[in-house]
Amino acid sequence: MEASGSAGGPPAAVRDPGAQPERTWFAWRRTTLTFVVSVALLARTALAEPTAPALLAVSVGAFAWLGMLVTAQRRIRGLARPAPAVMGPGQVLGTLACVLVLIVAGGMLL
Amino acid sequence: MRDRFSATLRLWFAPQRLREEGTTPDYRFSLANERTFLAWIRTALALVAGGIAVDQFLTGLRGGVRTTVAIVLLAGAALCAFRAVNHWVRCERAMRRGEDLPASRFPVLLATGTALAALLVVAVVVLGLAGR
Repeated sequence: MEASGSAGGPPAAVRDPGAQPERTWFAWRRTTLTFVVSVALLARTALAEPTAPALLAVSVGAFAWLGMLVTAQRRIRGLARPAPAVMGPGQVLGTLACVLVLIVAGGMLL
Repeated sequence: MRDRFSATLRLWFAPQRLREEGTTPDYRFSLANERTFLAWIRTALALVAGGIAVDQFLTGLRGGVRTTVAIVLLAGAALCAFRAVNHWVRCERAMRRGEDLPASRFPVLLATGTALAALLVVAVVVLGLAGR
């Protein structure tokens, strides 16, 4: 691809002055980070008393976080192009699934 | 009502069908809708963290009470997460059809729940009901 922004040709990608793609990208990052709080709390229990259910709960929680990370990563890649498309089903339902799995992991410790 | 419900439910599991309706709105509107979705997901995640924290740190409470509070918080989190998807689908569809955005009672429910929980905690602290 040629360097964009050269004089002459039509502007390939006009930057959105509201920085919407960037804000959405950070929103995904924030959400992934918020996920870590719960996984850390689960890990704390497992470290305090490393029983089998606690270790299993942490594994499930960490697995859910990995899923969230991959989902966010894929979406962020989609946001990098000009005029990004709407979220796909994988991203919407993937996020929902990760949150639900995390809830199950939390429930396992009760 | 029932038709509308099943139509929304179908969109849940196949959001790609959204593209068959209406016209694609300005991408910035969709991105704003996406950030709202993520904000609700974070609300759900905060409730999960709260549920886990209650179970770990409120060891002064009787086991039954503690588990109940934790379960209520985790169930609230699941509700929030489902609602996030539901509202995102409905807003996206409304934007494609050029309709008004859907009104929702959920925020006021969540606010009322939070306020009641806060009042309950105040009462427990003031009356010294928490087991010592």
